[in-house]
Amino acid sequence: MTAPVASSVSRKLAINRLRERRPLDAGVVDRFLARHEVPVVEGPRCTFLYRGEADEVFLIHRIFGLPDHLPLRRVRGTDLWYVVLELPEGSRVEYQLEVVRGGQRERINDPLNPRLAHSPVGSSSVCYAHGHEIPDWTRPDPEARPGSLVDMVVPSRALRRDCAVTLYLPARFRRTARYPLLIVHDGGDYLRYADAKTVLDNLIHRLDVAELVVAFVYPGDRLAEYANSAAHARYLTAELLPRLEAELPLAGTPSGRCLMGSSFGAVASLSTAYRYPAAYGSLLLQSGSFAFTDIGNDHGGGPPFEPVVRFVNRFRAAPRRVADRLFVSCGVYEPLIVRNRSMIPVFEAAGMTVRYEEARDGHSWENWRDRLRDGLSWIFPGPQKFFYE
Amino acid sequence: MKIILLGPQRRPTLDGVVRSLGLGSGLARPVATITAGWREREPDDAELSAHLPGGRDQGGAVNLGLYRRWLDVQDRDPDYFAGARRLADALAELQDLYLLRLDYALRAVYAVQRRSVSADLPGEAVAEALEAVRELDAAHLRRVDGARGEFFARLAPHDRPVIAGHRAEVSAVLADAAALVITGGHVGVLAEALHLFNIAALQSTAGQATAGRLPVIAWSAGAMALADRIVLFHDRSPQGPGHAEVYGSGLSLVRDVVLLPHARARLLLDDMARMAVFARRFAPARCVPLEAGTRIDVSSDGAWPPGVRVLGEDGHVNARAAA
Repeated sequence: MTAPVASSVSRKLAINRLRERRPLDAGVVDRFLARHEVPVVEGPRCTFLYRGEADEVFLIHRIFGLPDHLPLRRVRGTDLWYVVLELPEGSRVEYQLEVVRGGQRERINDPLNPRLAHSPVGSSSVCYAHGHEIPDWTRPDPEARPGSLVDMVVPSRALRRDCAVTLYLPARFRRTARYPLLIVHDGGDYLRYADAKTVLDNLIHRLDVAELVVAFVYPGDRLAEYANSAAHARYLTAELLPRLEAELPLAGTPSGRCLMGSSFGAVASLSTAYRYPAAYGSLLLQSGSFAFTDIGNDHGGGPPFEPVVRFVNRFRAAPRRVADRLFVSCGVYEPLIVRNRSMIPVFEAAGMTVRYEEARDGHSWENWRDRLRDGLSWIFPGPQKFFYE
Repeated sequence: MKIILLGPQRRPTLDGVVRSLGLGSGLARPVATITAGWREREPDDAELSAHLPGGRDQGGAVNLGLYRRWLDVQDRDPDYFAGARRLADALAELQDLYLLRLDYALRAVYAVQRRSVSADLPGEAVAEALEAVRELDAAHLRRVDGARGEFFARLAPHDRPVIAGHRAEVSAVLADAAALVITGGHVGVLAEALHLFNIAALQSTAGQATAGRLPVIAWSAGAMALADRIVLFHDRSPQGPGHAEVYGSGLSLVRDVVLLPHARARLLLDDMARMAVFARRFAPARCVPLEAGTRIDVSSDGAWPPGVRVLGEDGHVNARAAA
């Protein structure tokens, strides 16, 4: 007869148990914070906390479908603030706190949460909801033989600049072998924020992904070059690709070439393949910024999206087969989820084989990192099926 | 020629098998080993040799070094290497096209199979769908064998000095060997090496002057490469269950069999409907799981012992009478 009581007690959130404590003083709050990781994850409910004097505190996030400013409530008689958010299993959410004092607003990472995500625009705090697991293949594995990174410069007439490229060569790279080639937009960011080298080392070591050569490319004027730029497409296909295939033991066939990118990088991948439909066999498109309009001109993306919208509208009006296979992924908490879902039937109607994957995540490098195994192992499957030890 | 097929050797049973063949310590002739499936780890065979009488240090085990020889051929016979590359390209394209068609054909089988359960369709519907897969498998194997046959006829490896030299050396080792042990690893690389150095022909004549044809002990990829048909399978890849695919011909030292090392770990054996399709697809060949501890002695006339566990056409793994 005691079990139901115990069960109802266990369902009460830690923050609510704290609120019922009497007396509720600073020492009690200290001990509460010492006992709990923040955010406090209890099943699907995540309690976000802030401690300090303030007029207002807000949780700032980019979960599509929720108000992006969620107010925290103050626990009476304390300087502890809280808000409870229900997050589906496996969710991962990046967030910050906005603290208002005397009319001044300050946006900060959660001082109670040491877990941070990094990107070119700074860092954010991270909430890992119930059931979320960081894939073990994203962490360095001492058993995995490391590939090597080699920097090179490719003078580009198309882009009128010297273009930096970082090559990834797999462990045991041999001139007598032949490798598929993956060209990665925003290469420096993939290496820095998505642990691309560690991921490649591990996935190749585990036989999930074929040994491959990767060319990490770096944008100049990113919003111009990646937004359906003829010059960028020409650089990749008529300058970079021939040079790599002349200097490296690459397969040199469309099925052995893949373009990859996230956000605007995905647009750059698609638009490059659109301009050179016989060059690339596969595309790996993560959270593509595939803005379009069905009617009118209001796409909500601002001037940088104008060329993207023109391109995507044209593509949607007359879908074209630009590659054999597309791996497309997007986070369900991104505003881009609707755009990406809308593109899937368009890609399929063009006769391309599409693998589409969603994650309970946002427009973030960790999301893109965590999708790499599924994407790369589908496009360039490893030799697992050949190994019987 | 006696052939002994073993399950994976993570917990080795090899030494007991060797002793059971009367190849214990004090053996006058060495045991030849093939570890080409390990590729660049081919020479790392100390642990293997420790399970063989006399071991490597006392001359009890001799590694044929087929992978090293294969690399040497690549280095020293560029014409052959270039031809082999073209063949690999052609085979890869054949395999891609086959997999593309196989995907649709097998999905049709599963769809009809599901419908037949709910709609009480006649059994021929599944059988006919399956027949399309069997024809596809057979046609693919013919094309692969045809491409390989044309390649070997054109480049005549037996007439090429580098390859002929290696074959002669391998033949000399086998002539003096008491048994041949073939380990697992990359079944494609292993099969390639076995074909290139003509192990089937050399093995069948080796040792005739003394003890008749060599007993062969093989496991995992080594066992698969002895079969007439190599079937790749892996239901637990990152992409989920894959389709079993015909890869090519093995040495055909054991026939009418599809060997399935690590079947429990690699196949969805609990999915009876799927496994039933697997077994019916390759019938009348026996689909034989090779799990840890398995030992199957195939006699010199090709007969199998009773009690071998096979994947039945009902999708269950059952013991089977001798054949």
